[in-house]
Amino acid sequence: MGKKLTARKAPEQKIGSLVAILCIIALYIFLFCLDNVLPASNGNVQMLITVLKKGAIYALVCVSMNLLNGFTGLFSLGQAGFMLIGAYAYAIFAIPADQHSAVYQYFDGGAIQFSIPEVLGNVLGKNGGAFLGALICIIIAGCVAAIFAALIGIPVLRLKSDYLAIATLGFAEIIRAVFQWNGLGKITNGSNLLRKYTNFNDIQIQVGGTIFKLGTIFPFFIATLSILIIVLLVTSSYGRAFKSIRDDEVAAEAMGVNLFKHKMLSFVISSFFAGVGGALLAMFQTTVQAAPFRSSMTYEILLMVVIGGIGSITGSVIASFLYISASEWWLRFLDSGGVTLFHTHFNIPFFRDGFRKVVFSVVIMVIVLFFSRGIMGDKELSFAGMIRRLRGKKAVPAAEGEEDAQ
Amino acid sequence: MSAWISANLPYLLAGISVGGQYALIAIGYTMVYGILRLINFAHGDVFMVAGLIMVYATASLPIYISVILVVVATVLLGVVIEKVAYKPLRSAPRMSVMISAIGVSYLLQNCALYFTGGLPQVYPNIPFLSKVVQVGPATTKMVTIVTPILTLVLVFALVALIKYTKVGMAMRAVSRDFETSELMGIKINNVISMTFVIGCFLAAVGSLLYFTNYNSVIPTSGAMPGLKAFVAAVFGGIGSVPGAVIGAFIIGICENIIKGLGWTVFSDAFTFVLLIVILLVKPTGIFGEKATDKV
Repeated sequence: MGKKLTARKAPEQKIGSLVAILCIIALYIFLFCLDNVLPASNGNVQMLITVLKKGAIYALVCVSMNLLNGFTGLFSLGQAGFMLIGAYAYAIFAIPADQHSAVYQYFDGGAIQFSIPEVLGNVLGKNGGAFLGALICIIIAGCVAAIFAALIGIPVLRLKSDYLAIATLGFAEIIRAVFQWNGLGKITNGSNLLRKYTNFNDIQIQVGGTIFKLGTIFPFFIATLSILIIVLLVTSSYGRAFKSIRDDEVAAEAMGVNLFKHKMLSFVISSFFAGVGGALLAMFQTTVQAAPFRSSMTYEILLMVVIGGIGSITGSVIASFLYISASEWWLRFLDSGGVTLFHTHFNIPFFRDGFRKVVFSVVIMVIVLFFSRGIMGDKELSFAGMIRRLRGKKAVPAAEGEEDAQ
Repeated sequence: MSAWISANLPYLLAGISVGGQYALIAIGYTMVYGILRLINFAHGDVFMVAGLIMVYATASLPIYISVILVVVATVLLGVVIEKVAYKPLRSAPRMSVMISAIGVSYLLQNCALYFTGGLPQVYPNIPFLSKVVQVGPATTKMVTIVTPILTLVLVFALVALIKYTKVGMAMRAVSRDFETSELMGIKINNVISMTFVIGCFLAAVGSLLYFTNYNSVIPTSGAMPGLKAFVAAVFGGIGSVPGAVIGAFIIGICENIIKGLGWTVFSDAFTFVLLIVILLVKPTGIFGEKATDKV
């Protein structure tokens, strides 16, 4: 394919990445304003903040699942289990020491008697400690999830397609049972809530006398960083090996790709980021309990990945924001007993609690049945591509197919 | 010894009874997998919907008519699901069909949530099944004794159907080779519909027995029995009806013995430990046939 194409593509790609970086900067400025300038009492602003935070977290989790299901072709349904591990690992290390007796009230104050944000806070001040401590706890959360994944992966990754799916689903359920077990109560607090740990509201900086909240930027920062790492991985030679395993396992092996090593790598990395996502979810919820991390959570994430397009990172990101805003915000009116149009309230009897979810699942079924490629298929959304398309249509319409083929 | 028996008999009885109910669900999984190579994730939710239909039907109808209505409606639901959600994807990759099944499961659970308002629905008493009886030193409901007997009768009937009737022969042919049997003039769609009819009929019967024991139905009550029945199907060798039944009884009994030992938290997890052990030791299950990968 060679030189001619790359030479012609270069300026577009440069402009594309420039636009992308500008967009990200604009997004961060907007998020900063959302936290600090716009009135927090406004219902819509609050809803927007909630949706953005949750959307960013799910975007990360979806991309991590996509790495496994979409890029490596391993149909794993264990995501909720690894998120659970991440959420617990985060919470356990971030509960302040003086809160232990309250949180672990049934387990004599628990076994771990320190909190990383607090220890760092003694050195760096309260805000610095909270930020860096949360960051370290999130990394620990990812690592613990990754270690579990490595252990589970040894037996499970020998299985294929639906057997793999059901085995990972089984492991997720086992993990949930273990975390609810009272025998580990001194660490996991049994089936009781973990709470009072560092959450998004504690992330702030003090410049001069004024305090700036960073509660919405923080999950975006972690999610962007993590997704960037996954993108770099997918475009590296490891990523090409993953895709070759997805497309044809036997052929990949014949070409010298070490199947087990690459499957394991993909599984462990995906679980690491699922753990990070779980930690962020714990921060978002401000309390953690093992019970909600059941298989329906994995299904929900899987449906987001499908809506975005299996094998498209930008698709997963777009889909998770759409999914979260539709389910948390835009479709709320379906639950509220009627619609208000032009200042008149229409009572619609079947608009009651739960109707939103029914409509939502019908929409999902329509997507699964009739648009099974999702929003993006396996393509990526890129500014370079958009520019090329705009130019291509004006100048050389024939060139488009050639470039898509590359 | 007799003290041990009288202490553990209730758990053993409960185990056999629950095992029979799992068996009735597991047959639905194993037959659909045998023919379509699809884990029908929605099957557990069909089972839950059967329970809800019973709750709503008995509100206005006499109990025995409701029982018939439940069976008919559940069978219809299963066939409709197959026609709407699985048939259009027949030539799609297996993963898409599985995702569609997960979507259907999500839809059924959300519909149930909508209609029940999230409140547990009290399951009606079926007079004959809820009668309290004495078995040796243990008291239990009639359903505990009826379940294993009914299960075995139905399973033998089903095995006979598969072995000796034309439909059964067609099913065996389709599960062996989809395309060839189509070329031989077997109407694939009828066979698949028949599979769903049988699976859902047994799930409806299972739900009558299961919910009589548990007294209430919630939107997620199908998820766990569904997963366990699937594990039973894998354990017995997926595609094999007797295998699924044996697997279901083993899971039901072990689960209740674990509860009896005071490890209730792990009673669900045990099922999955069993699944993973069997997948590692003998991935095709006890009665499964060895599948070879073609390049």
